[in-house]
Amino acid sequence: MTTTEIINPENLVYIKPKVLNDNPMHYCPGCSHGVVHKLIAEVIEEMDYQEKTIAIAPVGCAVFAYKYLDIDWQQAAHGRAPALATATKRLLPDRLVFTYQGDGDLAAIGTAETIHACNRGENIAIIFINNGIYGMTGGQMAPTTLVGMKSSTSPNGRTVPLNGNPLDITKLLAQLDGTCYVTRQSVHNVANVRKAKKAIRKAFENSMLGKGTSIVEVVSTCNSGWKLSPADSNTWMVENMFPAYPLGDLKDL
Amino acid sequence: MSNSKKTDKEEVRLMKGNEAIAHAAIRCGCDGYFGYPITPQSEIMETLMEQEPWNTTGMVVLQAESETSSINMVYGAACCGKKSMTSSSSPGVSLMQEGISYIACAELPCVIVNVMRGGPGLGTIQPSQADYYQSVKGGGHGDYKLITLAPASVQEMADHTVLAFELAFKYCTPALILADGVIGQMMEKVILPPFQPRLTEDEIRKNTPWATLGKPANRKPNIITSLSLEAEEMEAINLRLQAKYREIEKNEVMFEEFSCEDAEYLVVAFGTSARVCQKAVEMARSEGIKAGLLRPITLFPFPTIALSNYADKVKGMLTVEMNAGQMVDDVRLAVNGRVPVEFYGRMGGIVPAPDEVLEALKTKIVKNN
Repeated sequence: MTTTEIINPENLVYIKPKVLNDNPMHYCPGCSHGVVHKLIAEVIEEMDYQEKTIAIAPVGCAVFAYKYLDIDWQQAAHGRAPALATATKRLLPDRLVFTYQGDGDLAAIGTAETIHACNRGENIAIIFINNGIYGMTGGQMAPTTLVGMKSSTSPNGRTVPLNGNPLDITKLLAQLDGTCYVTRQSVHNVANVRKAKKAIRKAFENSMLGKGTSIVEVVSTCNSGWKLSPADSNTWMVENMFPAYPLGDLKDL
Repeated sequence: MSNSKKTDKEEVRLMKGNEAIAHAAIRCGCDGYFGYPITPQSEIMETLMEQEPWNTTGMVVLQAESETSSINMVYGAACCGKKSMTSSSSPGVSLMQEGISYIACAELPCVIVNVMRGGPGLGTIQPSQADYYQSVKGGGHGDYKLITLAPASVQEMADHTVLAFELAFKYCTPALILADGVIGQMMEKVILPPFQPRLTEDEIRKNTPWATLGKPANRKPNIITSLSLEAEEMEAINLRLQAKYREIEKNEVMFEEFSCEDAEYLVVAFGTSARVCQKAVEMARSEGIKAGLLRPITLFPFPTIALSNYADKVKGMLTVEMNAGQMVDDVRLAVNGRVPVEFYGRMGGIVPAPDEVLEALKTKIVKNN
């Protein structure tokens, strides 16, 4: 098959979802954000929800998520996305409303907004990117940074006496009566990408069914912040992040 | 959605200022209220919860987990072109400043109510006007202004609720109702505004085409953000904001004058202080002192020109506030040294009595002329 024949419609095996536009992404090569964005775009397109979706962008690397998905966006202050989503969904109950947040946004500065939105059982979906580091500001320690993990504000590695324990906020959210679906996924290989997409779809469907809050944590890499190559980041994540943040459903009602 | 069965007829009622705000909000077609309890304004949310407007107008009322969250709920609602509001008192409004700055920069309409109490810190639950600077000079980070209305009666609590929404939507900017514990708690008769239906989604799409309601196939995504990493872009946003504030200053100044026609001495006060000062002016007149009162109704925009005009007519001005002297700065800027401007105030939750004001007028202004 020649290169021109490849793009003939009958030979197509994959096409980029239309909801994902052609803007070049600012994410580092190897970063998990791009894959998760694509999965969200695919799910919105497959559910035919482009006209009915309102997304809330965080502060962090994904602050510019609104540049890449052709849907309506609100850009929240750091940690406040679940508050914006709460009001948006309550005022527009037939819309799909989701937040997209990192670990610093969701599990540090936005802990109260996250826990209370989940506890009220707001019919929103929360996509939670956990890479154990503040990527946007240059690799500082996050609430989910592992013990021993180096960051620019824990240069000799996180220690419990100095920095406290890593926060498994997803486990905590699964305890709340308002959450209906709490799952932990990853996108480091094809099998997991497929599982993560199913999880996102289920979260979105739950929101529209009014079942409560759904949280999809994606354990992710930050090769720039971790100072590792993309491939080594994946290996490091499997060996170190997964034991602390094991993949799978924590709750599925 | 179905509107209330109640009639549009004017109803005279006796109620607290806080209650009047709640009733006016429902009646003027407010879509969402998000709040957190704090004295002395909790009756606003209590009244809304008791009225259950979700059963009549469809208005959403939600008790948030903090003032931080309630202002960000307002932010989300405002992004959707909805008429949304929150209320709090001084310490709670301090917590909201982050969100207010974002809303101002994103150029969204909303209404914020501050029923001020004495500060700083946790302070007291008694009335105060010590949040003047915070309200009219910005409050949060960055260069922005809030349209700031200063009600002096229960009637104005109701009227300003309607007006604040009108102005907020006219200029796509947050409007603040700056009341105090007296106005919030006291009961007076009030004529509530007539019922207006909430806007339909078609009306919102037409009136506020930027609203995030979901992207139809025939338009680009609506993105509401206050972020711009390019300094040139951010300066352009700032210039647009400043042009809007100049426009507001040109069009929306409101103030009230009381026995000012032949006044030799001008008292300047807002809100509860103005009520006290009106009595003090009457007492001064009965003693032959030609005093008048100018009461700013809008604190931003400030009645700078009106005050400037009085600088050539009066011998002195006395600004009276329930704080250490904040609005007095703006009065002095307005008259620019052409006439002496003195200050009298009480702090920490104390409301000055009319005879204190009269005494201050005599000793600080009249005696020196």
